[in-house]
Amino acid sequence: MNSTITINIIRFLVLVLFQVLIGNHINFLGYINPYIYILFIILYPTKNNRALFMFLSFLLGLSIDLFSDSGGIHAAACVFVAYARPLLLRSSFGVQYENYALKFDHVDFGDKLSYITFLTILHHIILFSLEIFSISKIILIFQKTLFSSIFTILMCMLITIIFSRKTK
Amino acid sequence: MQQIVNFIIRNKTFLLFLLLFSISIIFTIQSHSYHKSKFINSANFLSGGIYNTVNNMSQYLDLKSQNQILSAQNKRLKSLLYNAENNSDSAYIDSVTFINQYRFTSANIIRNSYSATDNILLINRGKNDSIKVDFGVITNKGLLGIIDKTSNNYATVISILNTTSNISAKLKKTNHYGSLTWNGGNPNITQLVDIPKIADVKIGDTIVTSGLSSIFPKGIYVGTIEDFKLDDAENYYEINVKLFNDMTSVEHVYIIENIDAQEINNLIKPN
Repeated sequence: MNSTITINIIRFLVLVLFQVLIGNHINFLGYINPYIYILFIILYPTKNNRALFMFLSFLLGLSIDLFSDSGGIHAAACVFVAYARPLLLRSSFGVQYENYALKFDHVDFGDKLSYITFLTILHHIILFSLEIFSISKIILIFQKTLFSSIFTILMCMLITIIFSRKTK
Repeated sequence: MQQIVNFIIRNKTFLLFLLLFSISIIFTIQSHSYHKSKFINSANFLSGGIYNTVNNMSQYLDLKSQNQILSAQNKRLKSLLYNAENNSDSAYIDSVTFINQYRFTSANIIRNSYSATDNILLINRGKNDSIKVDFGVITNKGLLGIIDKTSNNYATVISILNTTSNISAKLKKTNHYGSLTWNGGNPNITQLVDIPKIADVKIGDTIVTSGLSSIFPKGIYVGTIEDFKLDDAENYYEINVKLFNDMTSVEHVYIIENIDAQEINNLIKPN
C-alpha cells in the first residue's frame, strides 16, 4: 500500500513537470499539444477513496493551470473526468472490475485503448470548450479536440506500454 | 434535519464534484475577463522560479540567432544615431531638461505561448524592477503585449495573441484609428477593426500604434496589411494584419513605462 502512495506522488510530480516544461511547448503544426498529465487519472488505482481521488485530480489540474495561466480549465476538465471515471471503467472493462483490483499492466489492449480514448476525448472536449469559451467557434473546439486527442491517446498508449511491468 | 444530513452523506461525492467543478469554472470565467483579480497566475515564486531555471539552460540553444537579432537592431540604432539631423547639444546633458516621457527596461521572456486562444507570457522582471500593471511590452520588431500581473521577480504579459486584448492602432499613412484584436486563429495574423470606410486601405500598408492610450508611445510598428474587407454593416473595415514579430520565437523584450500615465489617466477619469 505504501509503495502505491509513493508511486502516485512521484507520478503526479513527474507528469506535472513533464507537461508544463515539455508537453505545452511541442505545438505540433502550430497548436497540437499532447496532454499527458491525465495519465495520473487514467492509472490511479481503481479501489480508491473517491473524494480523495477527485480532490487529487482537482489539484493536478490546478497545478497545470498555475503554470500555464489558463484560469481553471484544466482543473474543471480533470474533476469532471475523475467523477466520470467509474462509468468509463465499467463500459470498457465490464461490471466485474469492481470486484478485483484492476491492474492496468494486465488488461487487454483493446479494452485499454477504448478506456483511454473515452477518457481523453471527454477531458479534451471540456478543456477546449472552456478554453475557447464561445459557441460560435464550435468548429475550432472540435478541431482542437480531435487532433490533440489523437496525439494524447498515442502518447498515453506508448507510455503505458513502455513502462508496463508485464512479465511473460 | 436528519434527512438533510442523510442526503449530504449519501451524495457526498456528487456534492464534492459540484463544489470543485464550480470553483474551477469560477477561475475560468475570471480568466476570460480582462484584468480581473486572479489567484491562479504563473507570476509567483514557484512556477516563475521553475520556468526561470529551465530558461537559463534552454536560452543557450538559440544564443546565436538571438545575437544576430540584437546586432541587427544595434546596427539600425547606430545608423539612426549618426544620421540624426540635429546633434544633441552638450548644454542639454542634464537629464532633467530632456523630455523623458518613456522609460525602458529590458527583460527576457521565460515562457512563451501562442497556441491557445488566450495567450499569456511570463517575463523575468517584476515589482523589484519597478514593473507595474499596464506597462507596455515591445520587441525590437514591434508590439508584443501589456503587463497583467506582477510578483516580486516576475510578471505576466497579455500577448496581442489574446482574444481579450484590445490595443489602439492606426494606419501609418492616413492616421485612421482602429483597435487591434485577435480571433484566435493564425499566430502571425491579427485583426484591426473599426477603421472607417472612408480610409484609403491598401494591401501592404504599415500599421503602427496610435499613441491614443497612455500605454504605448505613438508609432511602434505592428505589421503590414495582409488583406481587408468591409464588415457586415459595411461601415468599417476588418483588416488582417501580418505581424512583423515572429510570435513563436521571441526572447528579448523591452518594457515601456509611460511616466505621465497617471497624470493622463487622472485627467481622463470621469469624476
